[in-house]
Amino acid sequence: MNLEAVKSIYFFEMARTRRTLLQSVVSPVISTSLYFIVFGAAVGSRIQEIDGVSYGAFITPGLIMLTLLTQCIGNGSFGIYFPKFTGTIYEILSSPVSMTEIVLGYVGAAATKGLMIGTIILGTAALFVDLHIAHPFVMLLFFVLTAITFSLFGFIIGIWAKDFEQLNLIPMLVIPPLVFLGGSFYSIDMLPPFWQAVSHFNPVLYLISGFRWSFFEIADVNPVVSLAIIIVFLAGLMGLLTWIFRTGYRLRN
Amino acid sequence: MAPIVSVSNLVKTYASGFQALKDVSLDIEEGEILALLGPNGAGKTTLISIICGIVNPTSGEVRVGGYDVVRDFRETRSIIGLVPQELTTDQFETVWNTVSFSRGLHGKKPDPAHIEKVLKDLSLYDKKDNMLRELSGGMKRRVLIAKALSHEPRILFLDEPTAGVDVNLRKDMWQVVERLRETGVTIILTTHYIEEAEEIADRVGVINGGKILLIEQKKDLMKKLGRKELRVDLQEPISAIPEALSGYDLTIEDDGHSLLYDYDTEGERTGITTLLTALAEAGIRLKDISTRQSSLEDIFVELVGARA
Repeated sequence: MNLEAVKSIYFFEMARTRRTLLQSVVSPVISTSLYFIVFGAAVGSRIQEIDGVSYGAFITPGLIMLTLLTQCIGNGSFGIYFPKFTGTIYEILSSPVSMTEIVLGYVGAAATKGLMIGTIILGTAALFVDLHIAHPFVMLLFFVLTAITFSLFGFIIGIWAKDFEQLNLIPMLVIPPLVFLGGSFYSIDMLPPFWQAVSHFNPVLYLISGFRWSFFEIADVNPVVSLAIIIVFLAGLMGLLTWIFRTGYRLRN
Repeated sequence: MAPIVSVSNLVKTYASGFQALKDVSLDIEEGEILALLGPNGAGKTTLISIICGIVNPTSGEVRVGGYDVVRDFRETRSIIGLVPQELTTDQFETVWNTVSFSRGLHGKKPDPAHIEKVLKDLSLYDKKDNMLRELSGGMKRRVLIAKALSHEPRILFLDEPTAGVDVNLRKDMWQVVERLRETGVTIILTTHYIEEAEEIADRVGVINGGKILLIEQKKDLMKKLGRKELRVDLQEPISAIPEALSGYDLTIEDDGHSLLYDYDTEGERTGITTLLTALAEAGIRLKDISTRQSSLEDIFVELVGARA
């Protein structure tokens, strides 16, 4: 294992976060605060409680997931796409670094950034609502697994993308609707039966539901099923990545 | 001694169907400077990219330091430094950080003293805290060399290192290459500048159309293929070669004011004495005589042109 290389990639990526601290940290905090003001205060005054949890607290896990997914995919994809775009990828490809080490460096940094910002959002939420985490270890498990899985997903998008439009396609056009329709701001029990059934095809529903269960012990689906879905998705991504590395898809000619 | 780089029957066909390398074989000895000459699209960069691990070979074998570049990539890549053709840099990083990053990628622990030495050798030390976007093109080129030297490689690939670099900087770089050679680093450079190869290479390879046309010691190459040209400037212009001189391979130049005579320096007889005698007998009066040795560029143009 070339640990020096993993450390180099990891800290090089983390240094970029420090350089762009304002947009990396302040921007998601402001967005989340706005969500709390709009949804928590305005909508929350009409919807007092869902399953015995105040509306402001109910939406917190969904908001954290929204930020976590967006940040992890964005950082994971940009981390590998940027060297491809500038041409500095030559250095990674000509170094004595295995593909596993490259993934550990880039995905590790993307997941760390996601977790940092997710934690900041959690702290911000605590300013607005009274938060109680019923199962902190389960919450941490969902938090970390989701960060790793979606950073890996972002990394694959970064390899696949040929231009900035493709790079932003999934984070901008696919993820937000999935999060919004995945029960971030409501329980799917509130939907008509048809849309409840459709919602079960949305993978993000399982993430939010499991994550919310770790806070309030309320869930749209069984948390074990949620966990299994994340693990299956992670395994699928790892399989895809193995194929990418074996064939050199969009990395090595 | 076994060659430090050994390329055997290397073939590269891209997905588009373009065959960039056609059965290339080549050995590079440790400590030498090899210049690979060739026009655009000849296959120089593809060859280097395969040796360095950036491009996968279609078939054939490449060994570096006795190791296979695909199977034993850690061993081979850890002793190679690569300076790419394009000025690809992290614009928002500092010189120090980007060079240190390269060292880490190659599995070496941080060594500020070594990084400092590399930067000083390349006259970059006073720019160590500058962002790369603040540097000139020539300075960026030096940074790329510093990155390639950050992990103390035994083999250095320079892909068009002086492209777009001014004359002074080019000469500075030649000095850097010379210093590296003194420390035993094997250097392989591709270039469009023939004078670069002529100035610093021990051996010269000519590649065109994905094939190595020749690879020779520079001195032997110049000796073997080097032709000399005798130029005779005339007092009175002539319109045609006189009959008495038809046995010589003469060309009229400068509207009849000069005659050019090509001869082989290695030949038993150059024919110069008899030519001068024949000129005098033909009543042609001479103004001046000069000779010119053919350059590597002439050889290159001749080779590539003949096989195009």
